[in-house]
Amino acid sequence: MADILPIIGALVVLAGAVFMVLAAIGIIRMPDPYNRIQAGTKASTLGVVLALIGLGIYDLDLLPKLIVIALFVLITNPLSSHALARAAHAAGVPLADETVRDELAATRAPEAPEAILEETTS
Amino acid sequence: MAEIILVSALVLAAVALVMGLYRLIAGPCTVTRAIALDLLTLITIPLLVGAAVWAGRAVYVDVALVYGILAFLGVLALARYLEKGI
Repeated sequence: MADILPIIGALVVLAGAVFMVLAAIGIIRMPDPYNRIQAGTKASTLGVVLALIGLGIYDLDLLPKLIVIALFVLITNPLSSHALARAAHAAGVPLADETVRDELAATRAPEAPEAILEETTS
Repeated sequence: MAEIILVSALVLAAVALVMGLYRLIAGPCTVTRAIALDLLTLITIPLLVGAAVWAGRAVYVDVALVYGILAFLGVLALARYLEKGI
């Protein structure tokens, strides 16, 4: 039983690392900042939480502190991404051409300042 | 066996770090760079904990916790700057 626990923990860390790579692929592939935020945040949150829990299973002495860090990441990462997306939208960063619905269009700045906006979509 | 899986998982996380670094350098706008920076700091947290497990030093876990708090505050400050200016 004591031998199987580190292997289980390492496999959970591996699953988390796969989700982190998926988040990085999403950030590279998506067309505009809003899509990048939504592709990157969810996958990377799940990946980091899985990796932290897996490392805690691998080394049981660290488990309580790692659970605290995992809860912290679980709470703060969606919050910071939400703040970033809202700030980008309020600053007037343009949406991708494929966007079909923009419910916050009324609160939007007419155009982005030059410093923020240099070829936003690629 | 377990060590091999753990090290390969951490190498995979480092690959994700390099891919995020590409987006940080290539841009093309400030918000995208902020997103990439957010992802990079987030991936660094389990890498720091992995270093703690690998080196057998529990102090690095505290470093990871403080790093996560500071990264969160940094992203919030960046978002506020983008929205309203300093």
